[in-house]
Amino acid sequence: MSLALLFQYLVAGITYGTIYAIVAIGFNIIYNTTGIINFAQGEFVMLGGMIGVTLHAFVPVPLAIAGAVLATMLAGALIEMVFIRWLRRPSVLRLIIITIGLSIAIRELALLLWGEGVRALPYFTGTAVTSFSVGDVHISPQVLWVLGISAVMVAALNFFFSRTLLGRQMRACACNREAAQLCGISAKNMVTLSFVLSAGIGALAGCVISPITYVQYDSGTSLAIKGFTVAILGGLGNSMAAIAAGLLLGTLESFSIWVMPAAYKDVIAITILLLILFVRPSGLFGNAEAARLKEY
Amino acid sequence: MARRRNLPLLVMALAVIAVHVLAAAAGKPQYLTQLTMAGYYSLVIVGLTLLMGYTGQISLGHAGFFAIGGYTSGLLTTYNLHSRSSETFVSLLRATGLLVAGQDLYGGDLLVVRPGAACLIALLVTVAIAYLVGKPVLKLRGHYLAMATLGFGTIVYKVVLGSSLVGAADGISDIPAFPLFAGLAVTGKSALRTQNYYLAWGLVLGAMALLTNLIHSRVGRALRAIHGAEDAANAMGVDTARYKLQMFVLSAALAALGGVFLTHYNGGIGPSEASIMKSVRYVAIVAVGGMANLWGALIMGVLLNFLSLRGSFGSYDDAVFGLILLAIMLFAPDGLLRVELVRRLPGLRRLWGRAP
Repeated sequence: MSLALLFQYLVAGITYGTIYAIVAIGFNIIYNTTGIINFAQGEFVMLGGMIGVTLHAFVPVPLAIAGAVLATMLAGALIEMVFIRWLRRPSVLRLIIITIGLSIAIRELALLLWGEGVRALPYFTGTAVTSFSVGDVHISPQVLWVLGISAVMVAALNFFFSRTLLGRQMRACACNREAAQLCGISAKNMVTLSFVLSAGIGALAGCVISPITYVQYDSGTSLAIKGFTVAILGGLGNSMAAIAAGLLLGTLESFSIWVMPAAYKDVIAITILLLILFVRPSGLFGNAEAARLKEY
Repeated sequence: MARRRNLPLLVMALAVIAVHVLAAAAGKPQYLTQLTMAGYYSLVIVGLTLLMGYTGQISLGHAGFFAIGGYTSGLLTTYNLHSRSSETFVSLLRATGLLVAGQDLYGGDLLVVRPGAACLIALLVTVAIAYLVGKPVLKLRGHYLAMATLGFGTIVYKVVLGSSLVGAADGISDIPAFPLFAGLAVTGKSALRTQNYYLAWGLVLGAMALLTNLIHSRVGRALRAIHGAEDAANAMGVDTARYKLQMFVLSAALAALGGVFLTHYNGGIGPSEASIMKSVRYVAIVAVGGMANLWGALIMGVLLNFLSLRGSFGSYDDAVFGLILLAIMLFAPDGLLRVELVRRLPGLRRLWGRAP
């Protein structure tokens, strides 16, 4: 194993890990405001990619991505308003099953609309074979796009949650729903907003990763499991830790090809998920003391 | 009390016979084939009802147990040991009578595990795995339990899909019939269609007898206590961890039983049996039946599986089950076949009677 190959694997791992982290942040946003794990989170990523590819037939890439993000945000809002908003004190089991049902419905709708074909946006700069070299390591410019856009997205989210009124209202709801409502914050609107936000960042992730991984009607499921693994690994609700956990999982997965056939790549992620759930459900970076008060 | 409990079982036995007579009278004996398959799927469903409805523990991985049962039995009864018959391990197995020699389609020598033994091993393997998985998994609750069981189901799916030993994407085929006693074997041959129909439904009847008695026993009351408030049940001295694990293992064993028999009945098994969509379908059927309603789940399970196996849903099969799940959970989280609904019927009749 040469050093160059080692770095090549590392770059691939970081690229995938970034996307897992973005999906995990999507989980966290909805979890923080509602306490729901949205099992349809992966479908937002798939929808974003699919709509982006479809729009690209008519408009240039940046516009197609913007359109895809907006359309998916709208879908997120509709889903929340039609299926979740009006439920009175739903049990956790009921919410789990509803979001699972939603994920199947979205997947089957995508199958109906787009068929089984595998699609992708073109590389943002250059083509599939363009690469620049750092020593012996060859890196596709798309990798930089993925990392750059993700970094900007995380910074923007940070700004939104810490500096804007709306972001602070959402955080207030996450901290204490009743108190926030007493201060005049509409908790219901915040829930809708959390679905819109996580649909939007999911769709953006789906667009930037599609040239590398391609997108298919059922590509959301495995992303959702990876994203959830990362969210748990970092500690559910903690978005900054999710980034570290995402990079960790992406790299582990990438290097697992050394010891196991590629067909079992997903098994690695899920095994890590199960181990973490059994041993330390508060996550690697979570506070075990605080977690003891929570229910797993 | 006991008599009231046995009445539905009697009605069920009569219904099974009536369906046979009707199908024969209508000249549609092929319906019995699909009903036999639906029967084996029903074993998974009633087991899952016990776990989800009565114990309150969700499992999104029961297709995994079904597949472990089916694949283990399928692999053991097709894996040819003939070329290795000189090895001590194989000759030792042979001496115990676990192996059976035969010939394949082209006259080659076969040496495989006896189906009866394979079935038992498959059940034991599933029980062992269910115990090992259930022990840590059942400590989790809510979302975490759902995700962990989903993860388990995905691992089983990915492993059978990626392993060439079990045929990867093609699955295992040419699985031999499973002879039980003279004149009866688990096989898809049309000559034994009626016998297999009664065998499948005899098994379901047995499972229902076991489960209905279980939920009306001390165990059943403990389960309802766990479902209602686990911490309170624990405080009252109910060993919640033990009961949850027992029910998890029992429901997994029922799923594996269905898997073993259906695999021998169909003569093959593919990775789609282990897919997450299958697990979700079982959950959907339990939900439609009313969660804590064994009879409801059984009726809806037979109905929906029968329609699905007949191809009534076309290429929208998965979509239908997804939408059913969504609609039920949104509008009728207590299921369609509710006891209250049936109890309200006399009231409705009185209302009608009063109307001019």
